Amino acid sequence: MSLVSLENVVKRFGSLEVLKGVSLEVDKGEIVAVIGRSGSGKSTMLRCINALEPVQAGRIMVDGIEVTAPGADHNKLRARVGMVFQSYNLFPHLNVERNVKLALKLVRRMSDAEASEVARRMVAKVGLEDKLLAYPDELSGGQQQRVAIARSLAMQPTIMLFDEITSALDPELVGEVLKVLEELAEEGMTMMLVTHEMHFARTVADRVVFMHEGRIHEEGPAEQILREPGTAELRNFLSAVLH
Amino acid sequence: MIREFALADFGYLLLATRWTILLALTAMLGGGFLGLVVAICRVLPIRPLNWLTVGYINLIQGTPLLGQLFVFFFGLPLFGLSVDAWTAAALAMSIYASAFFGEIWRGSLQSVPLRQWEAGASLGLTYRQRLAYVIIPQAVRISIPPTVGFIVQLVKNTSLAALIGFIELTRASQIMAAATFAPLQVYLAAAGIYFVICFGLSHVSQLLERRLHVAR
Repeated sequence: MSLVSLENVVKRFGSLEVLKGVSLEVDKGEIVAVIGRSGSGKSTMLRCINALEPVQAGRIMVDGIEVTAPGADHNKLRARVGMVFQSYNLFPHLNVERNVKLALKLVRRMSDAEASEVARRMVAKVGLEDKLLAYPDELSGGQQQRVAIARSLAMQPTIMLFDEITSALDPELVGEVLKVLEELAEEGMTMMLVTHEMHFARTVADRVVFMHEGRIHEEGPAEQILREPGTAELRNFLSAVLH
Repeated sequence: MIREFALADFGYLLLATRWTILLALTAMLGGGFLGLVVAICRVLPIRPLNWLTVGYINLIQGTPLLGQLFVFFFGLPLFGLSVDAWTAAALAMSIYASAFFGEIWRGSLQSVPLRQWEAGASLGLTYRQRLAYVIIPQAVRISIPPTVGFIVQLVKNTSLAALIGFIELTRASQIMAAATFAPLQVYLAAAGIYFVICFGLSHVSQLLERRLHVAR
């Protein structure tokens, strides 16, 4: 059974229809890269999956929870779905350790000692154990993004959603963040990532989903679809981003 | 009897200063409590309550504090409530402060980026947890400079209570100036005392900002 399934999802912002009936299945352990022009609905789709955006029609299931059911417990859902944003969104008033510990204590109900232990392990995993007591404004963009990943991972999510997490970074900092993602991929984490890093999508993702004007226009195995795009839209898009 | 402005007289000014500080403190606490209520009434999704609160804020911010002092000092007795200068000043200044605190704090709450709400939400925090652990701590940090800035105004504005006969630093200076015929020295000394209080407050604000990692 697939871990995430979207059936004919429609999302409107006022009169603007951003998702025009999107259907997608993601299996456990699968890595799906979502590509497409800005405004094609990629980020919106990701945000609908953990209920940051309500949908107008269609059905979304995540790990057995029907996200779109009336009265669904979204907080419970989000505790199992990790999400990392383009703008890092660390809590600026808390140091690295407390950024990671906050939800462990409040949501997972861990003791302070337990949470500290998990935080230390997760921050070490992204290679920042020496920054445990630093505040976000003392870190580079790449470091902040790695902490944001550690903060999500600490919750032991069943799936991770990454929303253009390298787009706001200076080029020389992109590598360190992608390296963390590659390690996650090797561990078998289920991931959906909206990305503009085509090389990364090709080498790490199992499947690529190309969105165009609010629909999934083309999808298939990463290697194949990026080498031999089937539609003119994807060909145009790829030639625009690769040159 | 005319005499020189001497050290003992400066002591008299310092003694009167305690009333300035006490009045400012009362306005700060009373206004702070009311201001919290104002801020909440302003953001709760209840339209009529929002309008009523905006009306209150406009009325208080749009009229001079001196006028408000007069309304309480001369107005309340018309309704059979006799008030002394202290009570009138404390009431008027608390209400005056509440309108400003309310707006400062509402603005601070709303200036925490929406992304912070989302970051909290995506970790599974409930609405209340997001508010208590993510949004309010940041709003408090954002609000420190304007809040302290307004408290400094409040300290200086206590001098208006002199006009309803409340003997604080300014009224004491008037009395002292009349007794010594040395208005310049007296008022300079009073200004110096006001400055020390206000400068100290600003300094505390800067320390707090640094200590609390205000978001940049």
